[in-house]
This record gives sequence, C-alpha cells and structure tokens, in this order.
Amino acid sequence: MKLERKDVLGLKELSADEITSILNTAEYMRKIVLSDSKKVHYLRGRTVITLFYENSTRTRVSFELAAKYMSADTVNITANASSVAKGETLMDTGRTLDSMGADVIIIRHNMSGAPHHLAKYVKASVINAGDGMHEHPTQALLDLFTIRRHLGGFDGLKVAILGDIYHSRVARSNIIGLRKMGATPVVYGPATMMPVEIEKMGAETAPTLEDAIENADVVMGLRVQLERQKKALFPSRSEYAKYFGISPGKLKNAKKNALVLHPGPVNRGVEMTSAVIDGDDSVINEQVTNGVAVRMALLYMLTGSEQ
Amino acid sequence: MKLIIKNGIVVTHNKEVRRDVLVENGLITAVGAGLDTDADEVVDAKGCYVLPGLVDAHCHLRDPGYEYKEDIVSGTKSAALGGFTSVACMANTNPVADNKAVIRYIVDKATREGYVNVFPIGAMTKGQSGEELAEIGEMKEAGIVGVSDDGYSVKNSSVMRKVMLYAKMFDVAVLCHCEDLDLAEEGVMNEGCLSTEMGLRGISKACEEIMIARDIILSERTQVPVHICHVSTALGVDLIRKAKERGVKVTAETCPHYFTLTENACEGYNTMAKVNPPLRKSEDVEAIINGLCDGTIDIIATDHAPHHADEKNVEFDKAANGIVGFETALPLSYTALVATGKLTMPELVQTLCKGPSDILRINRGELKAGSAADITIFDPSPSYRIDVEKFASKSKNSPFHGYPVNGRVNFTIVGGKITVRNGKIV
Repeated sequence: MKLERKDVLGLKELSADEITSILNTAEYMRKIVLSDSKKVHYLRGRTVITLFYENSTRTRVSFELAAKYMSADTVNITANASSVAKGETLMDTGRTLDSMGADVIIIRHNMSGAPHHLAKYVKASVINAGDGMHEHPTQALLDLFTIRRHLGGFDGLKVAILGDIYHSRVARSNIIGLRKMGATPVVYGPATMMPVEIEKMGAETAPTLEDAIENADVVMGLRVQLERQKKALFPSRSEYAKYFGISPGKLKNAKKNALVLHPGPVNRGVEMTSAVIDGDDSVINEQVTNGVAVRMALLYMLTGSEQ
Repeated sequence: MKLIIKNGIVVTHNKEVRRDVLVENGLITAVGAGLDTDADEVVDAKGCYVLPGLVDAHCHLRDPGYEYKEDIVSGTKSAALGGFTSVACMANTNPVADNKAVIRYIVDKATREGYVNVFPIGAMTKGQSGEELAEIGEMKEAGIVGVSDDGYSVKNSSVMRKVMLYAKMFDVAVLCHCEDLDLAEEGVMNEGCLSTEMGLRGISKACEEIMIARDIILSERTQVPVHICHVSTALGVDLIRKAKERGVKVTAETCPHYFTLTENACEGYNTMAKVNPPLRKSEDVEAIINGLCDGTIDIIATDHAPHHADEKNVEFDKAANGIVGFETALPLSYTALVATGKLTMPELVQTLCKGPSDILRINRGELKAGSAADITIFDPSPSYRIDVEKFASKSKNSPFHGYPVNGRVNFTIVGGKITVRNGKIV
C-alpha cells in the first residue's frame, strides 16, 4: 500500500481512507518494533534525513529508529550545528540535501508552514515532524492509532483535549484527524491559551474543565509550552495546576477507564499529576512505541519497496 | 511644445464630459469641446478617460538605502506606468528620512532622474524611534509635504501629541500609521479562523482600531488635522465616520488590496499576501467599500512596498510585509469600484487625484485650464490578467499575479511631457 503523494505535511491534506491505511500498516510495523529482530529491508538504499530546527528527543529518535529498523541510511541535522547557523535559507538547505540524494527529509521547524515551503523546492519527500503552532501529523496519527487499538474505532467517541490549545500543533492535528475519523474533539483551556474561532476547525469548546471531561472516552493533556510563550499566559505553575491541571479527582466524570494521553514531554504536576501520568488508564508510554510504528508505516508508504 | 488630447472623456472630481485638452509649456491651457488648433503632437484618446494625473499619498521608494528593492528611478517609472504623476514617499529609508540632508537627496535625485513628481514625507521622530521630534521645520524647507513614522506608530501619546502640535506650525500633513505593537505581539496575519488553522500568530483588528481611536482623540483635542493611513477594518472605518460626524478634522486612506482581497489570500503560506495591516475578512472589505462610497475614506493610496524576492521566498513568519501597488492600483480600483457601479468615475478621480492632493496640500489632481499638465489617459476596455513580470518596479511582490482586471493606462503626461506612451515608458 503506497501513499499517492510526495509529502506528508499535515492531516488536513490526508483523507480518512489514507489515514486508515496508514493505521493498518502501522499495526504490521508495530509487530516488528516489538519483535526480537527489529530489522527489515523495506528502505534499503534509501536515505532519510532529519532536519530539526527545534530541540526534540522523542520525535527525532522515533523517526531515526523507524528508518533504521527498515534499513535506511539516516543523517541527523540540527539547526544550531549546521550551515543554518551561518544564515543559510531553508530553500538552500533543502536544495543542498536534495542534491546529495536525500529520499526523505523529515523537518521540524519553529515556524508554521516551513515544511510546506521546503517541499516546494525539493524532489525528496518531506514529512512534517512539527511546524510552529500548525500541525504535528505523525503525533496525531500515533494518537489515533493508540485510540483505535484500545477502543476499536472512532465513531461517536468524545475526546477531551485540554490545556494550551493556542500553541499546540498536536491539538490542531488531532482536531482535524479525529473529526475526519468520526470522533468529536472537545477542547478546553485557559482563555488566554485558546485560539480564536477554534470551533471552525471542527472542535467543540467546553465552558468548563468538568464539561470537557464529562463522559469523555479519551482525555488528552497538552504540554504547557513554556519555551513558546512570549509572555506569561497564566500567573503561576501552581495556579495552572489547580484550575487547569488534570488530577484523578477531575477524571472521575470521564467514562470509566477513559484513556489518558499526552504527547510528552510532561511537566509533572503542572498539566497532569503524577498519579494520572502513571495511572492504570495512562497509555503515555505506549504512545511512544506506537509512534515508531506509525512513522515506519509512513516512511514505508512514501518510499519503501518490498525486496 | 504644444500637445492636444482629442476625443477623450475628461473626468474631474465633479464631472465627466467629452472634451479636448490643450497643453502648452507644461500647463493645461484649454479644456473644451472640439478644440481646433495646431499642435506639435495630437494624442487620440477615443474611447479613453482623460484624468488628472493620479496622486499617491503613500508609497515607499526605498531610496536611499534599499536600492536592491527599488530606487527613485525604477519606482517613479513604475508609478508613471500606473498613471501616477505625483507620489509621496515614506521616510523608512536607510538612513531614515528624518533630516534635511536625506530629504534634499530625495528631492534632487527625483528632480534629475525621476519620471514623476516626488513629494517626500519626513519622519515624525528621529530615527522613527517614537521618542524625539525630528527636524520638521528644516525638512519642510527641504521639501517635505507631510510627516509620518509609517511602519510604526508613535507609541507614546505625549510624543504623538507634540508631533501634531509641532507639525501644524509648519503646515505639513500628519500621516498616522495606526498599530498597537504591544497588542500585535509578533502577529503575521489577521487573527481569525485562518490564523488559528494555519498556526500563525494573529494580529487582532483591535491593534489598528485602538490607535485610530487614539489619534482621532488627539486630533480632536489638539485641533490638528490628521490623516489615517491604510485603513483595513470595519470598526476602523466606523471610528473615522463617527469622528467626522463630530467635526474632527480627520481624513483616511485605504489601499486596493483592502477592498479586493481577504485573509484567504494567505492560504498555502502565500507570503505575497503578507502585508501590514494584514488582509482582513469579507465583512471588512465590504465596510471599506462602503467607507469609500460614503466618503468616510477619502482616498485610495497604493502603499507601494517593494521587497526583493529573497525577502518573500522564505518562511511566512520571516517574510517581509508589503505589496507593490503602483502598476495595479488603477485597474484594480476601476474593476472593483467603477465597473461594479459602486463609484462613478468622478468619485474615483476624487479618491485618486484631488483627494490626496488636498490632504498633502500640493495643488495637483485637477484637470482645468491653468493647472499643471499632469494627465493620465486610461482605456477602460481591455480585459486581462495582471502579470507581475511586466512590472517596471524592481520588485514583483504582489498577490495579484493572474488576477483579472479591466483597464490599462495608455499615456501618462507629467508637466506636459509624455512619460508613458501606449503603455510604455518613453
């Protein structure tokens, strides 16, 4: 199964059928990730470059391992240790990597739309690993994958997405993806962290945290992105935790055994208490495993071959 | 040198009528039906409108300092091709036009090498820093017709009040760029569902409206007339309308992109549509047009803002703000406003000729015996798509590439001299 597209820039561009076939392929890839011999040859002879303009551990390592498990050659570039630091434009960096024979460029950038800009100038496939406040498609795909594994599908599910919606590309990609797959995303956060007209993207807005959580099948916490904030949008971590953080008590109104998701890294005790993070309904660690599987599926479906 | 323009429809701010126009020694000497005199040159304007030369109260010629974007020669060529015979260039050059030396440089170069009349605007404050008054008196002697820190608002209301009081003593127009930069934060497009979806920081309409309100109130309290630049929001229009009803001496401008495009032009991270103030929503476009129709918005200016391709061919956040406007302003305005029946030709001429001239007090924008022979001949019939590659401007940053319009400038005459003939620079 191949994707009939050069790039994966966001869930906005993917159809529900494409998403379903990515999730199906990821089921197969997950078996490889969990097996004793994590080596297949679907990407032999392919070169995968990660080009990261922002710090990242899990997403970069996840992509790198996904490529390596499928025998691709990988190169990692971080912006502060490359010609980017000498002032090279994204267009020129992309063309340079293209000329060296890159098959896939995985880009993370602090500016929204940077992957779309890059994709215009390179022959390589571009995968968006998170752009500014715009989209983080592989995160949403792994969230969808995790939800489907546990709940069997999406129809009629209520998914509460809580916290700093304004800065969150994870929230945006999930809103788009959940809607496409038939679930209802409900968002809630401090008014200073809510983007305007979010309901036009397909999210319902809840008036209170309790309303957002009530009868939810899935509760997704978002990281308070302290590094992305120009000015304090809330008075203190403790006040944030008190009014907007997710604790076992606040989760009581959700459906029994509602799944708890978080894209990580977590600020323990701010957006979620440790009791929730480490609780029985938390699938936060499984999300990480599933992330590798989903990224393998994408790489395979963009450039892989059965050898 | 004697020139006669025959068979055209002469449009002034208050009427349109078939007339011939006689030009002698840089002046219009007669406007009448069936003028029959010998001339060195006869221009047949059959089927065309003969307009007073257009006056642009707001543009950026980028000279000195940013000649890679535009200079006085390329900029005035572009203006002439767009039918403009007089342009007022803003002060955000490098060095900033905040002293008589820079103003003299602009005036001298424009006089020697320019294709149209150039009226410089001086900075309100030194270095456009919003802190200390610039040498407005000396700049006036050197040739400025107005002051503006365009690109920035003077944030400190006390400084702004002093700018108004001081500028009035030297009889120069006060042109206000209205933007609350604190509120704008680092916004790059209009705040709304699209900025939310695209993950771009939004610029609230309030950024503009708050400063419009402030400058109107300062004008009301000081009794100094002010001109509000590039109005883009419905509430902005309404604030100005209410102020005029109270008798405040406020005038306002908008630009063609604010009555033809919405924020949707930014889709796909299209940096050509990145401009400040940002493109707004359809209800704002409608309000801007209504403002032009009822006279709340006095004039159309281009805000011609050239940028090199390298400054647009980058991530949206990094891209420069601005749209080149000289060569599209008249066809866009004619197509959006006159061809649709919203404005008459005389009303359009008021907004593009006499209106801006009155605000800058430069005595242009009229077509009658005795006035300077600044004339634009506009053929409304051709229907075509805008092609940025044909611009004479050094920069091609326009969201209107491929946009369908009606009408083309055939001739531009500046001070009796044909500068554009059959759509080509002479």
